[in-house]
Amino acid sequence: MGLLDVIGPVMVGPSSSHTAGACRLALLARNLLLSPPQRVRFALHGSFAKTAQGHGTDLALVGGMLGFAPDDPRLRQAFDEGVAAGLEFEFTQADLGDVHPNSVRIEMESADESVSLTGSSLGGGLVKAFKVGEFETNFSGSYHTLLVQHLDQPGAIAQVARVIADDDGNIATLYSMRNKRGGQALMAIEIDKRLSQHVLDYLNNVSYAVWVRMLPEVMADKPPASSILERNVDER
Amino acid sequence: MNLTDLSQVEGLASEAVIRAEVETGAVRDELFEQMRGRIREMRDSVRRGLESNAPSRTGMVGWNAKQLWEATDPLQSPLTKRVQAYAMAVNEENARMGRIVAAPTAGSAGTLPGALFGVADHLGIDDDLLVAPVILAAGVGQIIGKSMFIAGSTGGCQAEIGSSAAMAAAAVCELLGGNARQAIHAGTQALMNTIGLVCDPVGGYVEVPCVSRNAFYSVHAVSAAQLALAGVESFIPPDEVVQAMASVGRLLPPELRETGEGGVADTPTGRAVALRMAR
Repeated sequence: MGLLDVIGPVMVGPSSSHTAGACRLALLARNLLLSPPQRVRFALHGSFAKTAQGHGTDLALVGGMLGFAPDDPRLRQAFDEGVAAGLEFEFTQADLGDVHPNSVRIEMESADESVSLTGSSLGGGLVKAFKVGEFETNFSGSYHTLLVQHLDQPGAIAQVARVIADDDGNIATLYSMRNKRGGQALMAIEIDKRLSQHVLDYLNNVSYAVWVRMLPEVMADKPPASSILERNVDER
Repeated sequence: MNLTDLSQVEGLASEAVIRAEVETGAVRDELFEQMRGRIREMRDSVRRGLESNAPSRTGMVGWNAKQLWEATDPLQSPLTKRVQAYAMAVNEENARMGRIVAAPTAGSAGTLPGALFGVADHLGIDDDLLVAPVILAAGVGQIIGKSMFIAGSTGGCQAEIGSSAAMAAAAVCELLGGNARQAIHAGTQALMNTIGLVCDPVGGYVEVPCVSRNAFYSVHAVSAAQLALAGVESFIPPDEVVQAMASVGRLLPPELRETGEGGVADTPTGRAVALRMAR
């Protein structure tokens, strides 16, 4: 937790964990998609399920899905903004197991793909993603995050690390988990910078990579009313 | 660096926090500029909060800060009134989904600006002199956050308002000339005397008791600074107090950790609000 995370974020109230943190989790999830989400279901766990309305968690989640930052005043009318953007959204309750009380699984559909992110809001606006689809993972949104779903074969992690190094990327954290031996794995690599577009294009075309995404940092201060949606790997 | 280490540095505690930050790659001038930005945002939320009497989402709060600010003061205590009004102004803005600075959380956002701006304005101190104390407040919050999650849902209100009060106490103490030892003992006293406080928001909303709680604990922070400046110290070392609070947080049952199912949330009136809002 940095000094500016303690005195911050600058945010629309009323709760850093239930509003700002929820918004950031949805922002991270939104950036998994290449095109705008058409449908999203928020499966709320624990305290998120019990006090979602009271804390504006529902508004913050929908706002994050639209690319709004935690300090964006449009969060107050996020439902109207969502409807205007043609987004279908629903809220359900779920038992996500022995996880932090402020947790949510965000299931999204766009025209081209379905993907989900499960994460927790840890307090003070800090968040942690611990699942993408069915893959266990661990990243915080405090850095630029490279996600590579890949075939479980020797050298995949070494090659990705090489490519990052060649682009002058410094790795802050790395988490990788496979679903089964010889199956597929997901690596989540938090990096101090956003990788260059040609590097992402390259990774997108290597034989072992199934799916590649570069997520923006969502913890940093942004100008007011900003949208934190980044051009993603397939977009030109 | 833990809180006890910070209390033992030479000179100002804020300087030690800045040094540590610069060692991890931060640029001193940039840090100051960022914190100035935070102070401007906090000031803005205080100003909006004092001017508004628009009700919150539930209608439980929204006019308390303005009401106090405009009331006569039978105690003839302009400092106390100012500190309380500023703190409630921020949290009422927060309750109506206004723009605020979490410090360290949104529910406890009023304590630091209440105490620090309240004291500064009472004494006519310029905002530029508040930057280093706010950095110290951030450093204190950062250290507490290493030992426990700063969230009502994991540690109860003690984790939120206890942290904000400790941060504010250290900041006010340094602003008024306190050295590192005094500033950290101010923070420690503030922290020790919030241990056990539960998180029991009525209906799950960050309104009751959160708004008035920030008023009370901003005064609590000023009080802790006053003790420390006179040389009164915490008998239990700072870091042991943090550990004690973390362990009490783990002992709190879920009903008393932001679920809206215990404490004043679980009163006939509190339950009625929850029912009304659910419809």
